[in-house]
Amino acid sequence: MNKIKTLNLQKPEAWGSRVGLVLAMAGNAVGFGNFLRFPVQAMQNGGGAFIIPYLVSLVVLGLPLLLIEWSSGRFGGQFGHHSTPFIMYSLNKRRIWQYVGVFGIFSNIAIASYYCYIESWTMSYVYHSVVGTFGGMNQHQVAGFFDNYLDISTSSTGIPFEAVVFFVLCLALNTWILSKGLSGGVEKAAKIGVPLLIIFGIFLAIKGIFLRSGSQGAIWDGIEGLNFLWTPKYDSLANPKVWLAAAGQIFFTLSVGMGSIQCYASYLKEKEDIACNAMSAGFTNEFVEIVLGSSIIIPISVGYLGIDKVIELTNLGGLGLAFRTMPYLFQQLGVLLSAIAGMAFFGLLFFAGITSSLAMGTPVMGFLNDEFNWPRKRSALTFGIIVLLLGLPTVFFFQKGVFDEYDYWAGTVSLVVFAMLEAILFAWFFGLEKGWAEINRGADIKIPILFKYLLKYVTPVVLIAIFIGSLVTPKDDDWSRVSIKGWEVSNGSIIGQITHKGIGPNKKYFANTFYSETDGRVDSIYTLRNKILVRIIPDGKPEDFAINYEFTKHHKLLVSMGETVKTGDPVYSGKIINNIFYIDMSRILLVFVFAGISFMVFIAYRKRTHENRI
Amino acid sequence: MNTSAIILLSIVWGLVTFFTIYFFIIILRAPKKPEPDSYTENDDEV
Repeated sequence: MNKIKTLNLQKPEAWGSRVGLVLAMAGNAVGFGNFLRFPVQAMQNGGGAFIIPYLVSLVVLGLPLLLIEWSSGRFGGQFGHHSTPFIMYSLNKRRIWQYVGVFGIFSNIAIASYYCYIESWTMSYVYHSVVGTFGGMNQHQVAGFFDNYLDISTSSTGIPFEAVVFFVLCLALNTWILSKGLSGGVEKAAKIGVPLLIIFGIFLAIKGIFLRSGSQGAIWDGIEGLNFLWTPKYDSLANPKVWLAAAGQIFFTLSVGMGSIQCYASYLKEKEDIACNAMSAGFTNEFVEIVLGSSIIIPISVGYLGIDKVIELTNLGGLGLAFRTMPYLFQQLGVLLSAIAGMAFFGLLFFAGITSSLAMGTPVMGFLNDEFNWPRKRSALTFGIIVLLLGLPTVFFFQKGVFDEYDYWAGTVSLVVFAMLEAILFAWFFGLEKGWAEINRGADIKIPILFKYLLKYVTPVVLIAIFIGSLVTPKDDDWSRVSIKGWEVSNGSIIGQITHKGIGPNKKYFANTFYSETDGRVDSIYTLRNKILVRIIPDGKPEDFAINYEFTKHHKLLVSMGETVKTGDPVYSGKIINNIFYIDMSRILLVFVFAGISFMVFIAYRKRTHENRI
Repeated sequence: MNTSAIILLSIVWGLVTFFTIYFFIIILRAPKKPEPDSYTENDDEV
């Protein structure tokens, strides 16, 4: 049958095909965390035993949240809403839900602003892998390359401000794809990106699993890494820290609590299946995470570095392992294979990243289009500009802690708060009878009745427990410290963060003396790119954990080589802007963004009331 | 690899791969809903 497309400049957004929608949803969920966060979390939380709490969390938390978000999105879409403020309001007519829904726009903007920066690193590393930049470098030089890259004033390609250029390029690509719309942009990108990342992932997983000691420079079998990762240590199951880590991983890997799933689902009609779509997208993400994610960085790094060294490196996080270590390990494969492996690894990270960042742009565009009738291109450009402006502080002040602040408040706390409130709204305010009917309408599979009770009681209660746990996490994640008389909270808890518990002795915005933030030994004082650095190795830690304090010729150094320093001892003097200044400015900026979106929601509500559209 | 690691890995990988393929096959084989549906690939001529 011949088909003729309708030519309409303001054609409503729609998905091109069901497979395209599922791939876009899977692409939304699959991100850097599948390859970098999951294996590191598993290594740090008991290896194979981590998987048991992880799978339990998938059932009681992940899958129910997917069903909530898909069904509430499709429900809100019937009233012409494509962003969470008004999707949530359509579930319960209390205006407070509009402002809870602000989280579903805020977190997307704030996360995109640092997520696109990481995405731009992967773009850059694909380029450097292909042109052979890492050839002949030793492990320290590869790690140093990454540090130089983050220091935006230096360039390895000759392009001035290389990191900024790649960031802008990456944002421009995202904006261009978003401006092509759902089926013409986001869906096409997912149809290319998701299969490619799976192919790259399978190639690297085979390399990792079949890496043999004695071949290609490997010292151990790659499978030893898998063995460590999958050997159950059942004693860790009694530790609440492991359960919280597993719940957290499920949460982040499925991209729930962000508002992007609701937005994607809001373009579905009432009779369309959501139950099977949600399960398919969710399990595709799980396949990528559990099967591919566990078979790449850990087996390859264990093959070259051994288990003890890899455990040590995982304490620096997955990003460090990927960008500071993996390019060096790929070099051991030989010239051609290292270029292919580097391109495949950073390419898969790039596709994982871009399919997620596109999902972050869609709710913002949906909101601008629904409420202010903005055309697609203008909305996409607005998203790109906002993300650029909000992202530049993370680029310029990465090492001052701005990136971590965005990640903590927008990428962690906001998601937990939003998911907790949406689970409560769906189960207790919208009503589970209506909710259950909504989930099952048009379903191509039968969802077990067990999920009805999980949705009503278990999921909201577990989310409340996770939120309270994050609020008052005890020091060192040691839950045996919890007592009725009170306990010391960890630096990473919400209360610890608000009270700047981990800041150390440099608590003033502006000071005349900089104090050591650790006990340790002054290992070296050196000059790098017109900066002078003093390197302190913390007591009991290896070189990889060394802390570099940067100062200029206008400062006066107060320590000498080999000197032992205690926390709070003066290191140098002069005019100093401490990191706490940048941290607090980031928080203020994020509060302004949240307030600004809330104001726009207020205006939108008034506009709708005025136009009798509410 | 030790036995317990092989058993755990096989069960989990097997389950996850099975469900991934199972749900995707259901989607591929599901009959298309009558128009107007949500997908432009099924749109009629104009």
